[in-house]
Amino acid sequence: MIVVKKYLLSMVLVYAVFTNVNAELRIEITGGVEQAVPIAIVPFGWQGDGARPFDVSQTLSNDLANSGRFNPLPPDEMLERPLTGRDIDFGDWRILGIEVVIVGQLLQTGDDEYTIQFQLFDVFRGKQLLGYRQPATRKQLRNATHLVADMIYEELTGIRGIFSTRIAYITVEGKPPKQRFRLIVADADGENARILVESNEPLMSPSWSPDGRKLAYVSFEKRQSEIYVQTLRSGARKRVSSRAGVNGSPSWSPDGRKLALTLSKTDGNLDIYILDLQSQVLTRLTNRGSIDTEATWSKDGSMIYFTSDRAGQPQIYRIPARGGKASRVSFEGPYNARSRLSPSAEQIAIVHNDRGNYRIGLIGLDRGYLQVLTKGSLDESPSFAPNGETLIYATRDRQKGVLATVTVDGRIHQRISVVKGDVREPAWSPFRRN
Amino acid sequence: MFATKQWLIIGLMAVLAGCGGSSGTMMDEGTAADDGGASSDDSASLSSSGDDDLMSGGAYDDPTEAGGALEVRVVYFDFDKADVDEASRALLTGHGDYLAENSAREVRLEGHGDERGSREYNIGLGERRAQAVRQILLLNGASASQLSTVSYGEERPAVLGSDEEAWSLNRRVELIYNP
Repeated sequence: MIVVKKYLLSMVLVYAVFTNVNAELRIEITGGVEQAVPIAIVPFGWQGDGARPFDVSQTLSNDLANSGRFNPLPPDEMLERPLTGRDIDFGDWRILGIEVVIVGQLLQTGDDEYTIQFQLFDVFRGKQLLGYRQPATRKQLRNATHLVADMIYEELTGIRGIFSTRIAYITVEGKPPKQRFRLIVADADGENARILVESNEPLMSPSWSPDGRKLAYVSFEKRQSEIYVQTLRSGARKRVSSRAGVNGSPSWSPDGRKLALTLSKTDGNLDIYILDLQSQVLTRLTNRGSIDTEATWSKDGSMIYFTSDRAGQPQIYRIPARGGKASRVSFEGPYNARSRLSPSAEQIAIVHNDRGNYRIGLIGLDRGYLQVLTKGSLDESPSFAPNGETLIYATRDRQKGVLATVTVDGRIHQRISVVKGDVREPAWSPFRRN
Repeated sequence: MFATKQWLIIGLMAVLAGCGGSSGTMMDEGTAADDGGASSDDSASLSSSGDDDLMSGGAYDDPTEAGGALEVRVVYFDFDKADVDEASRALLTGHGDYLAENSAREVRLEGHGDERGSREYNIGLGERRAQAVRQILLLNGASASQLSTVSYGEERPAVLGSDEEAWSLNRRVELIYNP
């Protein structure tokens, strides 16, 4: 009976199903566009029954513009609108200074079968760089279009595209003590936002499983911190840690079998533990009077990077995941916390106190240099895109919590806000598995 | 706002001094209210006309409510610190004594931090602050079974704002008595 009551209570506080919300995120590029490559995405043709089910070329154009590296020509400035390579007059595009032209069509091939057919041309050489037919069902058209954008981006830059990836983040509405917390997952372009969990108590620290199918996060819905693992597709979730004291900072091992997490147990001292998700065996990794938290794994799973104030103020350390001696990684400045390892494993992104301002920094792991990438005063929660080119982080815009991205070379900046309330704790998904 | 905080703490210390440092006298002090209760004597005499005598009651006085001696239930901290200052220590001594005398009362210690820096590290600071308060209550006679702790880090600010005033009000431990 008690079990049933508890279950009902948690249903009232939280519902763990995907609910579609309107495109919540608004993205604007705040720097870097002047160096963008002029490109033309000709409005795609449509062959099929009735109205065109999805605007492929508009989404491609948004994706490529959002990257900050391309400047798509508005369709009303185009001198021609070819649908295939045969119909392109390259002279028309050279006059406009366009370097790359993309043409294509959306074709219906069955009841619920479509093909996105496209070609990519180098205008100056008049040569095809890429041509592809991507099949999709009607429901898959948005994702398929992002995949096409990924292919185009990779062809033109040599870097794997991230338009088909997703972002998890927390939104907060209302004034304390009455606030509404939501954990949301959206496509990288901010569309297709879906609520994963909703609660009147804080939600924190979303962490993607390496296969991109699950999220671990912290919830205070029972007025104590607990860690849950939730499957995105089904919405089903499992409580994996509800021990006395703090349950925080979940982080998946690269093989997806373990979670590093922070526990205080009853002595109130935060230490890092590793939980084997299958066997439920818990192994203690640090054992100090200091705050040891914010664990993150090295790419090969052999090392754990974490924040500790064992030297008096928070700094980054690393320790073998099998246990051993911790060594200090960050040295510059009084405050370096919440590290995330870059996909190349060459650097860590951190929250760095830069003369009283909290900013996102990069520390090179081989030579230890520090590079400050952002200019805010309350920047936090950096998360690498899986291609390592861009970081997303939380910042403030006139007292409002917003997200922002910055390329690791510091050149291109974007601001991402929600229509209502604050947005925080962005976590970039791994690459989508095809 | 900082001045207000000081004033509350000084006010509380005065009240504590007034009851001789022993919160155990507070319930007894309630009987002093009898001097304003002439009419209640009347009603007591009226009730003697036949019915069984009622057992004598005591004044209802929860010192943790507004206006009570222990109404201040927040302790504040410096940036990145969990040290309890002298004034807060005196305040907590009062709460520890009260808990020792009232074993049925339980208190939940909610630790908080300001918004600066990383969120999970701030959970650590909030926990450390809640533990510092817990230790003082234990030293003053509260038992472990009366105390629970939780850290909200920067997730549950008392006030919104990004200045020193807001930050100093948000770095706190709140003592939440159960009813």
